Amino acid sequence: MPRYGMVIDTRKCVGCQDCVIACKTENNVPVGYNRDWIVTESHGKYPNIQMEIRTERCNHCSETPCVSCCPTGASHIHDVGGVVLITHEVCIGCKACVQACPYDARFIHPDGYADKCTFCIHRVEEGLKPACVEVCPTYCMYFGDLDDPNSEVSILLQSRKWHVNLPDAGTQPNIFYLT
Amino acid sequence: MNSLSRRKFLKISGATIATAAVLASSAKSIVNAAENVTKKNGLQIIPSYCDLCFWKCGLLAYVKDGKLWKVEGNPKDPLSNGRLCPRGTGGVGAHYDTERLKSPLIRKNLRGEEKWVEVTWNEAFDYIADKMNKMKATYGPEAMALFSHGIGGNFIKHLLRAFGSPNETAPSFAQCRGPREVGFELTFGDVVGSPERTDIENAKCIVLIGSHLGENMHNTQVQEFSHAVEKGASIIVVDPRFSVAASKAKYYLPIKPGTDMALLLAWMSVIVNEKLYDADYISKYGNGFEQFAAEVSQYTPEWAYIETGIDPELIRETAREMVRYKPATLIHPGRHATWYGDDAQRSRAIALLNALMGSWGRKGGFYVPYSYSIPKYPYPSYPELMKEPLDNPNGKYPFATGEQISTGIREATITGQPYPIKGWFIYGTNLMQALPNRDETIKALQNLDLMVVVDVIPSEIAGWADVVLPESVYLERYDDLNASPFREGFVGIRQPAVEEPNDQKPNWWMAKKLGEKLGLGAYFPWKDIEEYLDIRLKLAGHSLTEIKKEGIIKGPKKPIYYDNGVEPEFLTPSGKIEFYSTQLAKAGFDPVPRYTKHPEPPVGYFRLLYGRAPVHTFSKTQSNPILADLMSENEIWVNADLAEKYGMKTGDRIKLKNQDGVISDPIKVRATERIRQDCVYMVHGFGQKSRQLRSTYKKGASDAELVTKYNTDPLMGGTAMNVNFVTFEMEV
Amino acid sequence: MMNDLLELTTTRHNPHVDPIMAMWEWQIPVYLFLGGMVAGMMIIAGYFLFSGRHKESNCACFSIPTISIVLLSLGMFALFLDLSHKLYVWRLYTTFQFKSPMSWGAWILILVYPALIANILIRPSAWMLKIYPKLTEYAGRLNQHPFLIKNIGILNMILGLMLGAYTGVLLSSMGSRPLWNTSLLWVLFLVSGLSAAAAFVHLFAKNKAESELLAKADNGFLVIELFVLVMIFLGFLSSARPHIEAAQLLLTGAYAPVFWVFVIGLGIVIPLIIQLLAVNHKIRHTAIAPIMVIVGGLILRFVIVSAGQYSHWFNAHFH
Ligand SMILES: Nc1nc2c(c(=O)[nH]1)N[C@H]1C(S)=C(S)[C@@H](COP(=O)(O)OP(=O)(O)OC[C@H]3O[C@@H](n4cnc5c(=O)[nH]c(N)nc54)[C@H](O)[C@@H]3O)O[C@H]1N2
Ligand SMILES: Nc1nc2c(c(=O)[nH]1)N[C@H]1C(S)=C(S)[C@@H](COP(=O)(O)OP(=O)(O)OC[C@H]3O[C@@H](n4cnc5c(=O)[nH]c(N)nc54)[C@H](O)[C@@H]3O)O[C@H]1N2
Ligand code: SF4
Ligand code: SF4
Ligand code: SF4
Ligand code: SF4
Ligand code: SF4
Ligand SMILES: [Mo]
Repeated sequence: MPRYGMVIDTRKCVGCQDCVIACKTENNVPVGYNRDWIVTESHGKYPNIQMEIRTERCNHCSETPCVSCCPTGASHIHDVGGVVLITHEVCIGCKACVQACPYDARFIHPDGYADKCTFCIHRVEEGLKPACVEVCPTYCMYFGDLDDPNSEVSILLQSRKWHVNLPDAGTQPNIFYLT
Repeated sequence: MNSLSRRKFLKISGATIATAAVLASSAKSIVNAAENVTKKNGLQIIPSYCDLCFWKCGLLAYVKDGKLWKVEGNPKDPLSNGRLCPRGTGGVGAHYDTERLKSPLIRKNLRGEEKWVEVTWNEAFDYIADKMNKMKATYGPEAMALFSHGIGGNFIKHLLRAFGSPNETAPSFAQCRGPREVGFELTFGDVVGSPERTDIENAKCIVLIGSHLGENMHNTQVQEFSHAVEKGASIIVVDPRFSVAASKAKYYLPIKPGTDMALLLAWMSVIVNEKLYDADYISKYGNGFEQFAAEVSQYTPEWAYIETGIDPELIRETAREMVRYKPATLIHPGRHATWYGDDAQRSRAIALLNALMGSWGRKGGFYVPYSYSIPKYPYPSYPELMKEPLDNPNGKYPFATGEQISTGIREATITGQPYPIKGWFIYGTNLMQALPNRDETIKALQNLDLMVVVDVIPSEIAGWADVVLPESVYLERYDDLNASPFREGFVGIRQPAVEEPNDQKPNWWMAKKLGEKLGLGAYFPWKDIEEYLDIRLKLAGHSLTEIKKEGIIKGPKKPIYYDNGVEPEFLTPSGKIEFYSTQLAKAGFDPVPRYTKHPEPPVGYFRLLYGRAPVHTFSKTQSNPILADLMSENEIWVNADLAEKYGMKTGDRIKLKNQDGVISDPIKVRATERIRQDCVYMVHGFGQKSRQLRSTYKKGASDAELVTKYNTDPLMGGTAMNVNFVTFEMEV
Repeated sequence: MMNDLLELTTTRHNPHVDPIMAMWEWQIPVYLFLGGMVAGMMIIAGYFLFSGRHKESNCACFSIPTISIVLLSLGMFALFLDLSHKLYVWRLYTTFQFKSPMSWGAWILILVYPALIANILIRPSAWMLKIYPKLTEYAGRLNQHPFLIKNIGILNMILGLMLGAYTGVLLSSMGSRPLWNTSLLWVLFLVSGLSAAAAFVHLFAKNKAESELLAKADNGFLVIELFVLVMIFLGFLSSARPHIEAAQLLLTGAYAPVFWVFVIGLGIVIPLIIQLLAVNHKIRHTAIAPIMVIVGGLILRFVIVSAGQYSHWFNAHFH
């Protein structure tokens, strides 16, 4: 059983939002909504500045408050790759999961159900990479099986320094940022 | 006039001889689009190339159940490598833009009032043909000038040449890369060109002087830049603003705007004085090095510090850093180079610094591009020109080579000298945002008898037209073939993926129909563009059917470096790299670049800088619903301390007032540590004032509106626009 | 990395998520308040039934269950209004999600109604008897078994406890919102629910003794509520930065004025003083104090829900 995750090289990301647009067109994310987004974090005083640019989305956490709070089981962990998904026809739109996610990765789709990044599971199951990974003009995003020690993502995590977002939130995110 | 780039021109167009033979065999059938696409449960994948900017990346358009779904990069295409930039990915929005022009329009009242009557194409062409014929009779065909930006304009260019006008221009020269091309041509005898021949991918040290790659999203360059970063290239960024590229840099030089020449001279002096240059390369290919060395050796880093504010030790250190990786050190030539008025000379200084590295023609520097040669269509020859182009009368700007000066044509339209211009045909360029000093543009267009604008949306310039012709967007039309010079030769096709939603038409159709109305039918012998393309491709041994399948045909691989077989060739007067330029000396200019001090903003004023955002192209994408969703207005970047001094916070709305009293539309403040205190910055293309383009109307502010002042480059007529100063108006 | 001069920007702009989470609007606090108050009412009524004192507590035991059903239904209607995928609401009852407080809540509510109905059956109101005369017979039979009544009391107390606790646990289970993330939140909501319920009876009981008794009880609840609040804030302030910042939101930050004036001042302290004076017969009982308590309880839910969504793990909000 694979455990899917993403590794993002912040040294290469330029914050161009191509990943955001690719997600929008691939997944018909409505105008005004984002499944992924860019965070720019800079520290220091001009001209001594350090800056990290990150592309963010649902972390497909291993500990999932968004799934456990869901009263209907609409939020669930997919049988392949530990991907966190939402079944639209089961969701009642109570928004508990939106509140429960420390990353604010979820939103309510204009059609009423909770929505967020799916790791493009429809593509992944066809052997393709997620749309955002595939489009990135800086090749800074990597997708693969974290449990396979020989996968590109595992090798990167072994060889480079990385961090995850909000490690203290206890969610054990599966998106890793190389620094 | 000198003849630098004309020779280059001749080299390319040699292969028109075999034409007739191929023509005979090509007349057969042109297979329809459906056969050439991959079909899979209602999904069609149509290869084409992008038009969201001038890079022309190969794409695959996905059409699902007859509706455009998404566009991806074409993996076969060497420019995109299967990955488009954000604008290209958002290209679907161009098709779905609800504010597109839907039918031809003729002006009702005064110019610029934006009151229209919808007409048929036939009525529109009758109107235009009538005016053009009258103009030809009264003033001659050259009174009709063409402003055309982008490959879509090719057929319109052909139309106007057939009509007999030599006046054809674009803002891509005098408002963009003209100074750079001239500076490099004066030095190496050749231009940098587009796509830039920069070997970023293999560079071990990359120096970016204001080139904000990563925000400037020219696709291949960004991809290569990222590969270089990954491989650990040493990046040096010189910019008054801590750009995205700066965040990837080993050295960030927070330069005072307008003083780059001082830095360049100091770098060169360090390298010359410490004898760190590529002596072999220079002795083989260089000319006038001694005079050059003697001249630049005087510029110490200490001197440059006073001008630029950059620590002398940092100047020395970065000079040595560049040398460490030579010849794989690329001092990027930039692209939008019209900054201060001495831009061709600054570009020449960049060229010279590269020459010291020996990077021109070398791996990791500048490769030697080549293009796949596709013969031109065998048209009848154009009518003899009665008059010379008037953009540069008497060679006022002696080194303006290659393209015409847009602002020169504007000036002639105002003065009527050396001869009157009475018509503007405008294709794919929003002169209101592109040219400096809007008042002059308006003054010029008020002198016209006919102003035609071909556009896809009711842009600001369309608002001033007499006739507006709505074009199909690139995903709905064929265009001419793209055979850009690059690392490898290739030819790409643009073909329709979906139909126009309304009565929009492609440019080739407009050109042909209007040509026929004007009695120029002989210049449009082809039935339609498919026939045109097929004939051109057959002349090169291919066919339309063949290219439609993958969208790209690649030529044979050729060497691209001096070190692997390219014969160095410098089309300069000396046939060598001109460290000292006798041409310049003869024409009364500095043979070796010198530093000019540019005026600084008065107290309470700040220099207005501008640039690109990754998700927009100039002023042409703001109404694209997908791209607008990611950025719907621009912000004014103000240094955080400065903002505090003025009591401004991020998100506050203010107006900007420039030195001439022009006041901008309200714009949001972005208080940030990422910029110097003597300048402010905004993304170009916003603050649009077309009343019909409601989604963009006064969203953010326009830098173009505030660029009332410009310096003209005496070498080539480029209009430098970083010379405007603004102050903050808090009352909104 | 320098921690000063941090600039954070995000390009995300999801409605009701950015720049500040505001997914839950008025419906949820209203639901939580009504649920909490009904829980309080059930506990009070259940206690009287259990201790066999229901004959003296007319209001608490014989009006309140009916009112509870109405209030609870209103609360559930508010919750229903909040659902954004309403057609699918039945999905709540085709599953039981063990880890989901909301699922627990949905099922608790299913049990609360029969318990309240059983309570009503003990002494149906006159108008009920008019509509359905047979009720007299049922009530008569029920009243023959004090044992049953005792158990109905216990059932009401237990379910009330669960309901009241659930309104707090619903929020406190959200580790994502530091302000909610305290194990004392359910105690706070429970006590506040009790206090509102007591105030309600105090307000409406015709029987003077009963009213007086509930006023005294309410004073107790208010004191406990204050104490719980102090404990919660002490907990936050001695915790990690996001929790400290969450506490500051109420103590000194954007929500401080509402919190201090309406929740603490007008919602607890002043009515407490008034009621203390009243039960000690220094002043007369008036409707003011219990109304203040009830409104204060409602505002408490609004403040906690709203500020909780504002509180965040990031120590800076994006612009
Ligand atoms: N103040 C200021 N001035 C500048 C610049 C700046 O940064 N600041 N940048 C300079 C530079 S580098 C350049 S290259 C120029 C660019 O100048 P332009 O090439 O004029 O760029 P845009 O402003 O994007 O205008 C393009 C126009 O083409 C229209 N268009 C888009 N697609 C199509 C199509 O398919 N068919 C037709 N017929 N029309 C279409 C758009 O609606 C728009 O009106 O501007 C220069 N001028
Ligand atoms: N996304 C996107 N990409 C584009 C385009 C687009 O419209 N959108 N347009 C394309 C075109 S045609 C062009 S020409 C290029 C233009 O892109 P570039 O040539 O890369 O950049 P410029 O627009 O010239 O300059 C903007 C940068 O120069 C800095 N700068 C301003 N003044 C000075 C100075 O005095 N000294 C120094 N050292 N730096 C200074 C600014 O802070 C900013 O970072 O972008 C291309 N790429
Ligand atoms: S597409 Fe790639 S480079 Fe651009 S913002 Fe997304 S992750 Fe970063
Ligand atoms: S990021 Fe949020 S939504 Fe995604 S799995 Fe983690 S907690 Fe759930
Ligand atoms: S909004 Fe939908 S997915 Fe989220 S917790 Fe409620 S029912 Fe589950
Ligand atoms: S993985 Fe797919 S759904 Fe998730 S952000 Fe990327 S493109 Fe969007
Ligand atoms: S760089 Fe971007 S906008 Fe330009 S042609 Fe390529 S994909 Fe299109
Ligand atoms: Mo440009």
